[in-house]
Amino acid sequence: MVAGSAGRCGDRTDRRTATGMGGVSSAGRCGPCPRGGDTFTGPFPSCRFALFLAAAITPFLSNMSVYGPVVKIHPVVVASIVDSYERRNEGASRVIGTLLGTIDKHSVEVTNCFSVPHNESEDEVAVDMEFAKNMYELHRKVSPSEVIIGWYATGYDITEHSVLIHEYYSREAQNPIHLTVDTALQSGKMSVRAYLSAPMGVPGKTVGVMFTPLSVKYVYYDTECIGIELLQKTRTSPSRTNGLTSDLTQVAGSAAQTQEMLSTVLAYIEDVLAGKVTADNSVGRYLMDLVDKVPMIPAEDFETMLNSNINDLLMVTYLTNLTQTQIALNEKLVIM
Amino acid sequence: MASRKESGVSSSNTLDSPVKQIQIEGLVVLKIIKHYQEEGQGSEVVQGVLLGLVVEDRLEITNCFPFPQHTEEDADFDEVQYQMEMMRSLRHVNIDHLHVGWYQSTFYGSFVSRALLDSQFSYQHAIEESVVLIYDPIKTAQGSLSLKAYRLTPKLMEICKEKDFSAEGLKKAAVGYENMFEEVPIVIKNSHLISVLLWELEEKSTVPSKHELLSLSSSSSHLEKSLQMLMDRVDDMSQDIVKFNTFSRNTSKQQQQKHQYIQRRQQENTQRQSRGEPPLPEEDISKMFKPPQPPPRMDTLLIAGQINTYCQTVKEFTSQNLGKLFMAEALQGHNS
Repeated sequence: MVAGSAGRCGDRTDRRTATGMGGVSSAGRCGPCPRGGDTFTGPFPSCRFALFLAAAITPFLSNMSVYGPVVKIHPVVVASIVDSYERRNEGASRVIGTLLGTIDKHSVEVTNCFSVPHNESEDEVAVDMEFAKNMYELHRKVSPSEVIIGWYATGYDITEHSVLIHEYYSREAQNPIHLTVDTALQSGKMSVRAYLSAPMGVPGKTVGVMFTPLSVKYVYYDTECIGIELLQKTRTSPSRTNGLTSDLTQVAGSAAQTQEMLSTVLAYIEDVLAGKVTADNSVGRYLMDLVDKVPMIPAEDFETMLNSNINDLLMVTYLTNLTQTQIALNEKLVIM
Repeated sequence: MASRKESGVSSSNTLDSPVKQIQIEGLVVLKIIKHYQEEGQGSEVVQGVLLGLVVEDRLEITNCFPFPQHTEEDADFDEVQYQMEMMRSLRHVNIDHLHVGWYQSTFYGSFVSRALLDSQFSYQHAIEESVVLIYDPIKTAQGSLSLKAYRLTPKLMEICKEKDFSAEGLKKAAVGYENMFEEVPIVIKNSHLISVLLWELEEKSTVPSKHELLSLSSSSSHLEKSLQMLMDRVDDMSQDIVKFNTFSRNTSKQQQQKHQYIQRRQQENTQRQSRGEPPLPEEDISKMFKPPQPPPRMDTLLIAGQINTYCQTVKEFTSQNLGKLFMAEALQGHNS
């Protein structure tokens, strides 16, 4: 890892390259050094120097691979973060909190989080560390396998204070992950980004901290998938609400979804046949598979299968109705 | 037959309790799902506390936290202390710290038990609007979120208050197995920011939506298991009935004996009087014939309630499957 030589504070015409885990160029700007003078002095943080790389790097990121662990996030974590952002104190511009999860060889899975009260002003930041420790202990009692793997902050940029907080968290966990959730929608959408910190600079003279981005993936349990699907429905209703539907309506809903998908596929096929869209062989192969999957069952066999299944279900319904009548009778005779 | 939904619990139109609707935030749903997924695989039941507030006749649930499992080693684990600390900490980050209920996961729908009754009673006694959310993970994995909210009916509350579980008490309050719990309709509501998050997730998520709901297997293990549990319960019920029958037989035998004894007594007395001897003292009949202990009626009620819930889940399942079978028939009809 190489950093540019200690240069002069204030002349930023030369672009400094720092190859870290991302191999990207820095476009950070050093503000006026509080100590005055033109050269970097002293180790971080006394010189209050931190490189804000995130904002500059992201546009390059989509094209290049990022080295480092993959961060797998469960949607419940981001929902929690959004919720604590909505409940923040008056005057606080962002919230921070701890991330809990499990560490794997190549990935980090974030499964839980809790917010930590903190105060932030221009020159100082105070984090309630007692609180963080207590909460972690309480959470440990429920899920003993979760460990502190990092921390989160809402907002788009990485500020100086973030560096300090990151330092605190490095004491709690090795190689903590920093997650930013852009709740203020500064970039037009709610982007969730993760970073690892890496030291940089000339050892002994000027050191800094660089936040290298990591790739973020969302992972779901099966049941979470279904829960999220239900929540998606609230997007479309005007009052943002949605009741829990009952048996047949759910089947109807699923069938309607499948129907929609089929009509999309049909529209595509029509377009291809009419020559509007060039045919894609792989899509064609998928379509072949799809059509093959529908089983060709001779009519009588299908009839027998259908009837036997229907008979089973009818019998079960009859028996359950019978049982219910029985217990109602029993109640009338015995209790009342 | 499939669409007629028999409500074993009183319908929402006749709710006379202070809570007519429950509004849950998406975050709570996700947290409950996650809790079961991570910690509930071993034991059958996971529990937790619901936090929120009451608005007019709606109960809004805005957050929740899980309860650690009961283990034998943790003999000195103080539940109340855990709860207090958790709520205190949550208050620091502006999360609603008003206790409004609790949630529990269930195994194939078997949740009507004495323990649940007692817990819900103590909750409802302390906080009038509290509910218990029953989350069925296995049914959810089959395609649709199964989350139900229950409260004790006022009649049942009275009985629990009196602790009078005898037959007369139950008869007086006219509580049948259908009047034990009332189901409160649930509505899911999300804030705007969470809606933004949901849009993000839909874009980013690469997990294909599973169509478990449309799978056709009628002989799935779910139906089998439910029926098996139903049979067990019906066995319990029949044992209970046998006990009650012996009790009533004993009582009637005893009545007869008493009758005979009184008659004999009277005869003897008249004989003695005719002979001029003093009549025998009237002995305390009740001491001689101790009435047999009536069997507890509460268990019967609980078992009946449980059987009822099983029957309902089975019927829901069969109605869904019948719908699916008819759809499949229509598809095949098209093909052939």
